[in-house]
This record gives sequence, structure tokens and C-alpha cells, in this order.
Amino acid sequence: MVSEKNMDGRDGAHSFALRLDGISKSFGAVHANRDISLDVKAGTIHGIVGENGAGKSTLMNIIFGLQTPDHGTISVFDSLKTIRTSADAISLGIGMVHQHFMLVPNMSVLDNVMLGSEGGSLLAEGREQTLERLQSLSKNYGMGVDPHALIEDLPVGIRQRVEIIKAIKGGARLLILDEPTGVLTPGEAAQLFNILRSLRDDGVTVLLITHKLEEIMSITDYVSVMRDGEMVAHRETTQTNPEELARLMVGRDVLLSVEKGPADPKEVKLSASSINCRSAVGNTLLKNVSFDLRAGEILGVAGVAGNGQTELLEILSGMRAATSGSFTILDQIVNGDSALSPSAMRELGIAHIPEDRHEHGLVLSFEAQENAILGYHHDDRFKRGLFLNQEGILDRCKTLMRDHDVRPPNPNLNASNFSGGNQQKIVIGREVDRDPEILLVGQPTRGVDVGAIEFIHKQLIRLRDEGCAILLVSVELEEILSLSDRIMVMNEGEIVGIVDQAAASQEKIGMMMAGIETEAAA
Amino acid sequence: MAEFAYQFLLTLDATFRLATPLILCAMAGIFSERSGIIDISLEGKMLMGAFVAAAVASMSGSPWLGVLAAMFASVILAVVHGFACITHKGNQVVSGLAINILASGLTVTIGIALFRQGGQTPPLGGTERFRPIEWWLVDTLDSVPLLGSIYRELISGHNILVYIALILVPLSAFLLYKTRFGLRLRAVGEVPKAVDCAGISVSFLRYRAVILAGLLCGIAGAYLSIGQGAGFVKEMSAGKGYIALAAVIFGKWRPVPALYACLLFGFLEAMSARLQGVDLPLIGEAPTQLMLALPYIMVVLLLAGFIGKASPPAAIGQPYSK
Repeated sequence: MVSEKNMDGRDGAHSFALRLDGISKSFGAVHANRDISLDVKAGTIHGIVGENGAGKSTLMNIIFGLQTPDHGTISVFDSLKTIRTSADAISLGIGMVHQHFMLVPNMSVLDNVMLGSEGGSLLAEGREQTLERLQSLSKNYGMGVDPHALIEDLPVGIRQRVEIIKAIKGGARLLILDEPTGVLTPGEAAQLFNILRSLRDDGVTVLLITHKLEEIMSITDYVSVMRDGEMVAHRETTQTNPEELARLMVGRDVLLSVEKGPADPKEVKLSASSINCRSAVGNTLLKNVSFDLRAGEILGVAGVAGNGQTELLEILSGMRAATSGSFTILDQIVNGDSALSPSAMRELGIAHIPEDRHEHGLVLSFEAQENAILGYHHDDRFKRGLFLNQEGILDRCKTLMRDHDVRPPNPNLNASNFSGGNQQKIVIGREVDRDPEILLVGQPTRGVDVGAIEFIHKQLIRLRDEGCAILLVSVELEEILSLSDRIMVMNEGEIVGIVDQAAASQEKIGMMMAGIETEAAA
Repeated sequence: MAEFAYQFLLTLDATFRLATPLILCAMAGIFSERSGIIDISLEGKMLMGAFVAAAVASMSGSPWLGVLAAMFASVILAVVHGFACITHKGNQVVSGLAINILASGLTVTIGIALFRQGGQTPPLGGTERFRPIEWWLVDTLDSVPLLGSIYRELISGHNILVYIALILVPLSAFLLYKTRFGLRLRAVGEVPKAVDCAGISVSFLRYRAVILAGLLCGIAGAYLSIGQGAGFVKEMSAGKGYIALAAVIFGKWRPVPALYACLLFGFLEAMSARLQGVDLPLIGEAPTQLMLALPYIMVVLLLAGFIGKASPPAAIGQPYSK
């Protein structure tokens, strides 16, 4: 518990912006939150860290009235409150910036900001006031936004500003941000933090939910750690360090870095030459993408989500055809005219661990054993004439579960009933089974617990050492930095540059992700 | 030439009469679908409205009571649709289909029980239905060439519901784009969670949208049986609800473009009636059946090929749960 002595109550009128006592929430048999207590001092930035699935988002949804707790009490600004709906929360002065933006893409910034506080039954009445409010907020906090721009035309960083403006326009005194930097470049994140600091200086209390420890260290005053639905520790930020927080989050010592030897790159396995891709409506998705991928190396693709990495993976795996350009895979040339299907790509020796395992990697309502052979059902081991070879499939699944430590090792369980990490292990196990020459990996550890992350990273290093050519796409910059031998940075569908891991730093890659050329950064 | 112009004028005149139920249903569909609720039950609500309007007008002698009763009956079906889709998060297409089937059977069953005329209502006399309104100065302006005929045939001489339908289009656009309700309605069909997070009830908003759709479908039904027609005939909606839905999509869920689509479909229907039995160059006498099918065929062709990428409200068809 934070010490009461150095409480200076910068908010003035109140000592605590928020106090939770004994909050519990279950979904069926799952305890998302168990007996949570939390004190947030007014006028501070308070961080909450925890792994994916630790219950942070549920807790925030409870505070914002999107979910009601089974037990426990909430006090807001020193008085006991019942928050049943988000309207209750808003009227108490709580604003929230959600992890997935709550914005209507085909409406203007102004309309989005007005939604819920229109100031009269006709829009014209409230429009002027909202415009003025927008201008003063933009000026005070350096959040310039064109009020008439459509949300869908704005970059992610600006959309997030709109979310913040929405949250504080009514004079919110407690601002909750749920994983706000997940979609931002390091530069945009720094701007966000400046905005949060000036909000705090104006007496707004900020509750920051994140799983990134460096953010906690750089911006918060206090930090609370969640693990498995419980609040395990409260610290003053200056009194703790990342190692301690990581240990508290996971419950054991963790290696924050990956151990690997130097790479031994051999012949070129995949060579892309000026691949271009446009969307159905004509937006440029990829522009002149050229690179070589060699056997025995991991080429990391860094970039903020949505800068062409997804399309690149889709083209290389045969899910999408390039508009122009070609690539050579193991001497086979693939271009617009000879685009190959994913199964033909697989025959060539390419395996693909898709970015979105729920959408493209698994059929969630199928059993683990069916998922274990998905896409490989033509393999002789899994068929018997026109029919499936049930024993062969079961055998394969059992082997996969043993080799890849899938828990629970039950081939008949539906894929949806495994945790994120174990689902990912099923996908990885399936794809690496036939020793692919080239492995395309998208977001290998998204929504995966720390224990499984270690396992998956070791697997990728092992495959590299066995001579596999690996293309790794991830939005987690740390993952890219620690696994890759070379790093290719993408921005708006273009390659900004390719740097050796030895020459790469978080700052340098961050600048490149924002589209700033390497030379300037170096 | 003058004869051709006059024939064309009559066709345009018929266009307005035939497009009126489409316009009313299309506005209904826009409200419902913009809120995120698929509404294929336009057809059933309109049919129920048609029956109730004719039955009440026949028993009370007042067409106005008939319209009110039709709106009430149609709203009841709309609330049933809402209860299934909003409160119980049911499948919206299945619910809509069920309402269409229910209306189709129920109108005839009640009709037989009440009137014993094979499911029809008794033919309605002059005061029991809406009569065409002769506008001021029609006879005076008759002497003016062309404009006089246009005034008499096209602008004057429709029943009140036609004018109401036309006025409702700008009103709907105003409601949708210039009011608080409209802003929230458009938002809830795109990102319902954003509406919820802004402290607005998604369910209440959607209920209001489907009820509004019910009111409009009720007027459309009343128009069929006590405006355009003189009594209820079984299955008299004849797929107009679906054509209105096509017009909604064709108009990309916007009132004014949807109005144009309705007028286009109305025009095709008027043409098909006018071309029956007419000798056409090269083809010879136009086959009646083909002419009657023409508007429906055109709907299919237009929807399949000409509207480009229709982008429906993003959250349409998805029940909202937190």
C-alpha cells in the first residue's frame, strides 16, 4: 500500500480519486477479478501493469460501468458510488480511452466528440460550443485536430487524441487509458505522455493500464501489479524497478532477453523484387518492396500495425495476389500472373503462422486434432482414400502436443477452449512439422502469456539454427530487437530501411517506424 | 408528339402513385437499418397495415382511423421484431421472415373470420378511403399548354398519403443528419459500443428506430388498401417491401438517394403497366407476363451491377452485447 504520508492531494478538494474495495467479478468459472482493492490518489498518474488476461481490462470496465462487479464497493472522489452504466461513470467525472477506439470511422471528429453530449435535440445548437471546447482543449494540451476531418482519414495517433478529447471534454477528473500505446509509434507515445503529464498538472488523475514496463517507469507516480485476476502489489514508482515488476507480474523470475548465438546466413531462399499492392478501393498498401531472405536468419519486420506488414505476409503466403512485382521462392518465380494458392505455397516449402490465429490460423469450433492438420489434410499420413485417417490424425496431434508442450494435452478439446499461448503452440507445431524451408511468422506472441513467449522464442531460434529462413512480423518492438538478425522497418507500405541487429536501437527503429530515414537517425 | 408527351405525363403520374408505398417503406428501412437492425419485415408490417387499415376503415367509416390503426398494428409487429432482435439478440433475418409469414397468414385468417369474403375486406366506398385531392386553380390553369396538364396530372390529384410520403423524405433526412437522435442513430449502427461508452442506451435507441420503422410501414400499408386501392386483397403488398429494401441499398442507406431509387422502381412499374399490349418495334406485342416481371428483373440487375460498392452500416445484423 502506498504510504499515506507523502500524500499531498494536488487535486486539492479530494485525497483519493478512486478507491476500490473487495471487487470481484466472475465469468462462469473464470475469476476475472478477485477481491481487488486499489487506492488512486487524486492528481497522480497511477499505472496498472499485468500480463494479458490478468484482469486489467475487466477491472477498468467495472470502473467505467460497462460491467457490474459481483462484489465490492467503489468510491469516487471520496464518496461511495454505485456505477451501473457508463452514463453513471461519466456523470461522476470518469472518462475512458479504450484500447480499441470507440469512434465512428465515417463520421467527423466533431460528430464523434459531440456524441452523447450534443447540447440539445438539434445538433446546430451544440455545435458551436463543442467547436470552442475543442479549440481550447487543443490549445491547452497541444492536441491539434481538424474538427471536420473524418475519423477514417486520420492516423491512429490523432484518433487517440480524439478519444482523449472525448473523454475529458465534459471536465472529467479521472481519466482511464487502457493500453494506449499499443498502436502508437514511440514518437507518438512520447507526445501522448506529454499530454498526460500536462493533464496531471491541471489536477486530472490518470489511470494508465499497460503491460509495458518502460512506460510505467517513465511516466507513472504509483504502480499496482495484477496477476491472475488479483492485485498482487502496490509500489511507488521511484521505489521499484522493471525486474521487480516483471517478477510480480509473472510470479517468478523471467528472462527479459532471449539467448541466441550469432546467425549463420546461407543461400537466399526468398527474394522479393518491387512488390506493389493496392486495396480494392485503390489505396496503396505496399510500394516497391524488395528484400532477400536467407537460410539460417531471422529477418524482423518492424512497424506500427497497419503499415503493410499484414499485406506482405498475405502475398508471400499466397492469400493475396500482388498488384505488380514478383518474388522468387526457391527458384520459383511468383508474380501477378502466376500467383499461387496457399496450398501450392505450402507444397513449395513455405509455412505460415498467421498474424490472427483466430481468423486464419485455427477453426475455433473444431477439435485440436482437426486443427493440428488443417491445410495438410492432403498429406498421405492423414488420408485413407477419399476419407480422413482418424488414427493418423490423432497420432499427429498427440505428438504435436507432446513436442510443443500444449496444455491440456487433449486432442478432442475444441480449439476455443485452449489459452492463447496453447492455441499458438498448436499453430506453430502444425506449421513447423514438415521442416519448412521458409517460415513466415506474424505476431507470434500476441495475447500469449510470458511462459509461452519464452518457449515460442526458443522454438524460432532453434528453427533458425537448423537452417530455416524466417520472416518475423511483430508490432512488439522488443520482440523484433531481441529475435531478429536483421531488421526491416516499414512505414506506409514502404521499406524505410534494413539494419543489422547490432546497429539497431529502440530509438533508431522508432524513428524509422515514423518514416524518418535512417541516415538522419544514425 | 403531344400525345406521346401526354402518355409520358400519365406514366410519371402513375410513377408517384406506385412509388409512394416504396418511399414510405424505404424510409422505414433506413431508420431500422441505420440503427443496425436488418429489416426484411417491411413487407409483413406493410401487409398487416394494409389489412388493419381496410378493416378499421370499413367498420368505422373513417380512413383516418384506418391509418392510425394500421400504424398501431404495424408498430406491434415492429416491437415483436425488436424484442426478438434487440432484447433477445435473435437472428434478425429469421425474425423478419417470421413476421412476414405471420402477417401473410394472419391477415387472411382474421379477414375470413371478420368478413367471410375469402380473406378480403368489403370494398370501400368513397368516404371510407382517401380520395385524390384536386388542387386549387386546376381548372383555371388547364388552358395553359403543357404546364396546365403537368399541374393537373402530376402535381394535383393525388391522395393525401402521397404528399405525406414525399414530405417525409426531407423530414427523414433532417432527422437523420441534423438532430441528436439522428447522430446517435447513425452512430449506433456503426459502432454501438461507442454509443454505449458515451452513456447512451443502445437498446432504447434501437427500439425507437424499429418503432419509427413500424409507424412508416403502417402508413405504407394503409396507402395500399385505402389510398391506392379500395379494400384489402390477400398478399396485396406483393413484394413491395422487398423492393423498398432494394431501394434502401441502392440509395446506400440515405433518404434522398433512396427516394430516387423508389421513383425509378415506381417508374419501371408504371412503364410495365403502360406497355402491356402495346406493339413495340422489332419485338411485336409486348408479352404481358414479361412486362409485369420487368420491375423485379430490373431490381435484380440494378442491385447486381450498378450500385458499386454498397457499404452498409458496419454493425448491421449484429446483436449488441457488452
